[in-house]
Amino acid sequence: MSQLEIKDLHISIGDKPIVKGFTLTIKQGEVHAIMGPNGTGKSTLAKAIAGHPDYTITGGDVLLDGKSVLAMEPDERARAGLFLAFQYPSEIPGVSIANFLRAAVQARMAEGEELDASGYYKRLYAKMDLLKIDRKFTSRSVNEGFSGGEKKRCEILQMAMLEPKVALMDETDSGLDIDALRIVAEGVNAQRSGPSAPGILLITHYQRLLDYIVPDFVHVMYAGRIVKSGDKSLALELEAKGYDWVKKEFAAATA
Amino acid sequence: MASSISAPTTAATSLTGSFTAEAFAAHLERVKHLPSWWLDRKRAAYARFAALPMPRRTDEGWRFSNLATLTLDGFHLPAAVGRDQLQHRELGVTGAGHLVFANNRLVAHQPLTTAGDRGIIFDTLQNALLQHGDLVKSHLLTQPSKLGSDKFAALHEAFLEDGAFIYVPKGVEAALPVGVFHYACGNGAAVFPHTLVIAEDNAKITVADFFRSDAGSRNFAPGLPLNQFACGGNDLYAGHGAAVTYIAMQDWSRGTLSFQFNATVARRDAKVLSLNLHAGARQARHESFSQLSAPGAHSEMLALTVAHGTQEFDQRTLQIHQAPNTSSNLLYKNALLDAAKTIFSGLIVVDPDAQKTDAYQSNRNLMLSDEAEANSLPGLEIQANDVRCTHGATSARIDREQEFYLESRGIRAAQAQELLVFGFFEEVLGKIEHQELHDILTEIIREKFKQ
Repeated sequence: MSQLEIKDLHISIGDKPIVKGFTLTIKQGEVHAIMGPNGTGKSTLAKAIAGHPDYTITGGDVLLDGKSVLAMEPDERARAGLFLAFQYPSEIPGVSIANFLRAAVQARMAEGEELDASGYYKRLYAKMDLLKIDRKFTSRSVNEGFSGGEKKRCEILQMAMLEPKVALMDETDSGLDIDALRIVAEGVNAQRSGPSAPGILLITHYQRLLDYIVPDFVHVMYAGRIVKSGDKSLALELEAKGYDWVKKEFAAATA
Repeated sequence: MASSISAPTTAATSLTGSFTAEAFAAHLERVKHLPSWWLDRKRAAYARFAALPMPRRTDEGWRFSNLATLTLDGFHLPAAVGRDQLQHRELGVTGAGHLVFANNRLVAHQPLTTAGDRGIIFDTLQNALLQHGDLVKSHLLTQPSKLGSDKFAALHEAFLEDGAFIYVPKGVEAALPVGVFHYACGNGAAVFPHTLVIAEDNAKITVADFFRSDAGSRNFAPGLPLNQFACGGNDLYAGHGAAVTYIAMQDWSRGTLSFQFNATVARRDAKVLSLNLHAGARQARHESFSQLSAPGAHSEMLALTVAHGTQEFDQRTLQIHQAPNTSSNLLYKNALLDAAKTIFSGLIVVDPDAQKTDAYQSNRNLMLSDEAEANSLPGLEIQANDVRCTHGATSARIDREQEFYLESRGIRAAQAQELLVFGFFEEVLGKIEHQELHDILTEIIREKFKQ
């Protein structure tokens, strides 16, 4: 069984420490929600684990199935089984979804191995149908001119096609209306069962998403680390009370 | 100070280099069966070539060009080669006609067979000179050289031995594209390819023009000493309401010094689309001259360049609007890797009575390396007062967020760059409706990334 171990991770942007001692283990099939106020380091955590060059790991380790990923390039991490669903996916003019996904699938094949094109399209269309994405989308440029909901569905489509061991989902709910949120959640939930179900780290600001993707664990992140963990009821508590009590508790604990 | 030390004796020989009067006489002997008017023009062209100086650093038309590497020495008029000596790949369009030239001579000819193509002449220039002399006379190399290469244009005319002649009569629409292949074979080979396209009123044709070196001279590492010389041209004429699509794919060996001159004339309501893909050569100069000579004429001037190693691509363009309500759209896109260099210099001229001209000129450079160098000199010269002309040049690096996005999906850095270059090129590639031609263009670009 696959797992991602984040051990006492410290991350800086330039000289500024953002994540300060984050520890969490995500096992295959589990959904961990990370909640917390803005600016607390949630997105930084996800992007740094995926290998974004703007972030520097200053301490700790990230192990995928016992092997550190920190020395790997972003593409190696992805092929090892990490997936980042972006909060703001890049628009790539002129590169069609079909060609992009094909390149990503092909990158995972052995040298000289041929992609079975008809099998690929069959799989792609099945996943698209599930996510209610029009098949015409395959010839459209990646994310270009997409609505917020279309971009997020396209992220989930990629996740479905690439079958990662661990998916880091960065504010997948942001900018979605309730219908779009439901479709995206269905897409994620469909991947939660079965032997290849990924471990999921679900980063969100709002409890709303967790009504649709019910987490196994909820963690509150504040000032760069986890300050509280619980089950899904913790999310409801946060919804009712806001984050102020977490901040107060944290201030009292560190005083 | 350095310029005062030039020795007159070496200057005299370097005016003709390998293309001596003896070489020209030998060439004339080979084509003496052709009409006398043509031989007279060749003699006049050789005299111009021999008298004109090599380009100088102060010449406006050669700004930014590397002149030190321009040479006429070390080449020869090559011997004939057989078709079996070429690793020839066809157009990939079933039933399409083709002409294959190697070392300035015809080696294979597949005439047109489709019934609807009757009346189309698809033959060699030599046959056309003999059988349709008047047509050739009024269209072959009749436009002036205005972009700086008078000397090399004269050299082309003087040594032009054979090429493709494509004539589409009034109202005939060719069912399939035709392919013209020009090969340079062997070390030191000098070739002078030419393709002449005449589309009469309301005619329609698509021509794919290929420039390749034989397998033996092809696969050289970047920075190879000069081993081939190519000096080619094409004339495109579109009569009233005609539609000409011309796609050139330059993939000479990496040791080639290449010149290519285009002259396009678009008459009333004619539409010409030309796309030049530049992949090969060590140093390649391309001059393109479009004349919108009657109302409603439209010229689409497109180019894609993949420059790597120490390659230099030097592109000079001129769009002249001579009549009202004409339009032109120039889009040149360069992707630069390693220490490659590109030069784009373009001018839009709008004559005084060419009101309602709509002209666009754009050069976009995608920089994939810190050492690459892109130079842009866009220009306008407008003498009418009711026109819409825009021009611009940009150079940008690959967007890091886009690159990270692709890599975060497991796509390796080199492949991500290639995808982004294709994305950058798609605006141009997307205009090619023929799937097979689109595929060939894609394949040449992809090959380049493997090198």
